[in-house]
Amino acid sequence: MSKLTIEELFQALIESAGDSETDITPADSLDVPFADIGYDSLALMETAAKIAQRTGVKIDDEQLVDAETPRQLLDLLNRAMAGQA
Amino acid sequence: MNESAQVVGMGVAAPSGLSVEDYWAAVLAGRTSIGPVTGFDASGYAVRLAGQIGDFDAAAHLPKRLLPQTDRVTRLALATAASALAGADIEGAEMDSFDQGVVLANAQGGSEFTHREFRKLWTKGPAEVSVYESFAWFYAVNTGQISIRHGMRGPCGALVGEQAGGLDAISLARRRIIEGTRLMVTGGFDSAFDPWGFLSQNSHGRLSQATDPRHAYRPFDRAVDGYVAGEGGAVLVLEAGSSARRRNAPSYGEIAGYAATFDPRPDSGRPPTLRRAIELAMADAGVSTVDVVFADSAGVPELDRIEAAAIGDVFGHRGVPVTAPKAGFGRLGAGGGPVDVLTALLSMRDSVIPPTPHTTDVPEDYGLDLVLDAPRERRVDTALVLARGYGGFNSALVVRKNAEEGQDG
Repeated sequence: MSKLTIEELFQALIESAGDSETDITPADSLDVPFADIGYDSLALMETAAKIAQRTGVKIDDEQLVDAETPRQLLDLLNRAMAGQA
Repeated sequence: MNESAQVVGMGVAAPSGLSVEDYWAAVLAGRTSIGPVTGFDASGYAVRLAGQIGDFDAAAHLPKRLLPQTDRVTRLALATAASALAGADIEGAEMDSFDQGVVLANAQGGSEFTHREFRKLWTKGPAEVSVYESFAWFYAVNTGQISIRHGMRGPCGALVGEQAGGLDAISLARRRIIEGTRLMVTGGFDSAFDPWGFLSQNSHGRLSQATDPRHAYRPFDRAVDGYVAGEGGAVLVLEAGSSARRRNAPSYGEIAGYAATFDPRPDSGRPPTLRRAIELAMADAGVSTVDVVFADSAGVPELDRIEAAAIGDVFGHRGVPVTAPKAGFGRLGAGGGPVDVLTALLSMRDSVIPPTPHTTDVPEDYGLDLVLDAPRERRVDTALVLARGYGGFNSALVVRKNAEEGQDG
């Protein structure tokens, strides 16, 4: 399975939890805390559920809430995908 | 009491209008804002008509982030609260976030959202259910979302009392003001026009099955045969009188008195208690009469008769003008009382009582001076608003115009 990109992650975030309407681009937000770009733990859960529906990759909620930035979440998702492949 | 609860901002979302002035113009004109049920296939239902809001564009009013997590009722509440707060003009008033609270009433929860998620649960499985269902269904979610969006961390609450709950919420907000909170956002909303929500609204069989919007809800009319359910509500921004005076904030009037009673069991042989609610609310306000009554207007013959008798007992035969503008747009559940309070405050502002659309033939023995087909110009300094919730809730609330120094009115 191919790796998830930051753009694809943001697309899932916006579809699941709504556009937080910040000016920052996905590429520039890799290390910005989710709280600062308007997404809380529920937004991440909803997004992870959406990604799981598409890819079959499931992340534990406990692991999910430890992801504080888009880079950490992306790494988590891609590690899980690699493990499943 | 030293402190008063002043209404310094108002907003409304009703079938008759999505701004205070649009709503007021429609109500004064006696416009019919009732029509065929829309939004889902209601062809299998015995009830054909509803008072729905046709032109609400949530995306135009709310941040995109809030759309996936909110039911229609919460979107209506959020948009209305924002407009009421803008009118209250509290920017720059330097209020501590703990000095601002929110109390709203809601009786039907996030109905459409919930039943969409339940459909996903039954047809696609648990993984497809939105995580936001965890709170989007909840009666308190309107209060919570407004509190979060506007950073109001003072006393918050949610009340459920069907149609009576909206007045109960305003009264609780008033109490918080008297206890020392500076600003309270209050009111109530309901909206449940999904297949299950609409079915559940008629579980008691009181909705009219009429097909003509002008005949479906004729409170106090000899020919009444039920009411029309509607959606929407109103937000009032209450501010402590001392705070409003300090910053010269104009007030629409004061929430001056309130009482609630609960009816005895129907087979108890004891009388209903609406009259007592009226008397207690007037005593709370310290008034012996009022200039107009906004009736609950159940649209059920037995209940209309009880309300007419209570008004007659307190004010005498045709002793006070009575009106029911909601005949034009339906009963809004938790939103009904707050919309009537807003309407009463506009009556005070403009010295005119709006009409009761559709009702034409009131039994003489009701002894009601019902304002029927045209607005009645009259100075209004005090108004009594009544609301009854299914199951025996009676609430009465008195609003009063402030004695204004150096201003007319």
